[in-house]
Amino acid sequence: MREITLSKAVNEALAEEMRRDETVFIIGEDVAEAGTPFKVLSGLVEEFGTGRVIDTPIAEPGFMGLAVGAAMTGARPVVDLMFGDFIFLIMDQLCNQAAKTHYMSGGKLNVPLVLRTNLGATRRSAAQHSQSLHALVAHIPGLKVALPSSAYEAKGLMKTAIRDNNPVVIFEDKLMYNDKAPVPEEEYLIPFGEANILREGKDITLIGTSSMVQVCEKAAELLEAEGISAEVIDPRTIVPLDEEALLASARKTARVIVVDEGHQSFGVTSEIASRINEKAFYHLDAPVIRMGAMDVPVPFSPALEDLTVPTPEGVADMARKLVAGEMIHAA
Amino acid sequence: MADTKHNSEDYLRMYSQMVRIRAFEDNANQLYLSAKMPGLTHMYSGEEAVAVGICEALTDNDRITSTHRGHGHCVAKGADFKAMFCELLGKEEGYCRGKGGSMHIADQSHGNLGANAIVGGSMGIATGSALRAKMQGSDDVTVCFFGDGATAQGLLYEVMNMAALWSLPVIYACENNGYSEYTKTEEIAAGSITARAEAFGIEAHSIDGQDVLAVNDLTQKLVARARKGEGPFFIELKTYRYHGHHVGDINRAYYRDKEEEAIWKEGRDPIINFGKWLEGEGVASPEELKAIEDEIRAEAKAAVEYALEAAYPDASEVDMHVYAATDPATLRPDA
Repeated sequence: MREITLSKAVNEALAEEMRRDETVFIIGEDVAEAGTPFKVLSGLVEEFGTGRVIDTPIAEPGFMGLAVGAAMTGARPVVDLMFGDFIFLIMDQLCNQAAKTHYMSGGKLNVPLVLRTNLGATRRSAAQHSQSLHALVAHIPGLKVALPSSAYEAKGLMKTAIRDNNPVVIFEDKLMYNDKAPVPEEEYLIPFGEANILREGKDITLIGTSSMVQVCEKAAELLEAEGISAEVIDPRTIVPLDEEALLASARKTARVIVVDEGHQSFGVTSEIASRINEKAFYHLDAPVIRMGAMDVPVPFSPALEDLTVPTPEGVADMARKLVAGEMIHAA
Repeated sequence: MADTKHNSEDYLRMYSQMVRIRAFEDNANQLYLSAKMPGLTHMYSGEEAVAVGICEALTDNDRITSTHRGHGHCVAKGADFKAMFCELLGKEEGYCRGKGGSMHIADQSHGNLGANAIVGGSMGIATGSALRAKMQGSDDVTVCFFGDGATAQGLLYEVMNMAALWSLPVIYACENNGYSEYTKTEEIAAGSITARAEAFGIEAHSIDGQDVLAVNDLTQKLVARARKGEGPFFIELKTYRYHGHHVGDINRAYYRDKEEEAIWKEGRDPIINFGKWLEGEGVASPEELKAIEDEIRAEAKAAVEYALEAAYPDASEVDMHVYAATDPATLRPDA
């Protein structure tokens, strides 16, 4: 099978959906000729024109608001938010308007829009261009949240997001744009709420999101060399969450580490760990461990920044402790 | 005097629509005072000529976005009393099945994209609706209602910039009722309201929002031009809010005196003054106007009684409509 980059996979998904449905359009800063700073959208304006690949002023709340209005009146906008950190600028339009319109209207109005943005530290971009803020939006009922972990996932999830009748936020890891993966030529979609088991195991479950799936896979390889069999699961979407798949794995291995690049406190790792504790408690041999980003603003210095995110070695270390029974009375 | 053409039927419909708003609000206020309504609501009384003058220049395909003080816009755009009162009381037969309440009534069958409880929150939605019309090649116009207080929100300037850059068919209708919640407008707005729009090259007008014919006349002209791609436009409508910020804001002498209220209510009431004009022009007699009002007030009373007796939504509705359904067939390849 051919291999393409995550960037190219997203580009293909958008192009295919724009050909399929003329109500789909892209709006954001430097999306047309510039194709975004990450060049994800290069070539789209040439095919679809500036009427459907719309460059805006630097006005995130403004163009997010326009997208909500266009979605309420029959379009399927794909909003390009250059950095995930800018989500704080659009919170009212996303969380008070887009997320609640369907409910507040008693089901009469829909807001079928996609917010494309990114997450991920270790790009030496400091605290305002490095955050992973998906837990913030996952907290708000009415929004769906997808976290692609490869080029294959990015394409299939984007196509589903565009066809979904709700506001969907997709966070791409900006360090993965050039990562290649096998992506079929033929059309496919990846359904929301169906976790992907990347690796079967019996001693411990590693649940990872976005680029942390790679971290979990590398940790599993390290563990395998030592005779520890790790299962790796990617939820793909955290809203909706495939709780059953995560619980089934927890019941099977009896030990779970949840790895996510958002801040650890009050985050995705906490939510998933809680659900497993509530629903698989008697199957567990050890507490469910959260491994998120450190609870600090992302520092600039490489010497500091690399300390803030989970690593394969760190995950493998924690897994060894769990399997050895060392974490049962962890403080 | 208006220089666009009207016939008696148009005039009487405008009069009726203003009376409908006043009757709706009087009943809503009474529901609050008698503790029959959950929560609070914001009265539109005094501003009727704005909503009616503007909405009478629109069709059902034209869209509006509304505000927390939105009952007037909703009635003027054609909404039904029963479904509105049911919504105010949180009943299943309300416009939003009781899930939105007074501040979120949406009536898309008449082009009302909904009231909004965030001050200035619908400016993006209105402008996006206009962007959609332009992308579709339709000549539908969107009117964005907001108050003087909302001119302090940055979103207005972001969307006016884009609307002007892209010549979008949107009319920004600023209802300047003199008060930003409990604060006089001159204490929160530096400079001129219309100059804010003019800075973006948007044609802006400032008119008497108590004169329904003047409002309608200007709006008709601007709507016709917006349909031809000459938008956006901005209108400042000078008006007055008879009640407090909300129905519970009764002791308000600390920010507004009764003498000022009397000047507007007694001398500048849009319904009384338009009624006198209709009589003077021989369009209707005082008896005929009284009959119109009596009929509307009877309808409002019946709608209130209906809503008071109507059923609340079933408990099973609480987590319904969080997400819209997506047809699984559309998620298949080649669908």
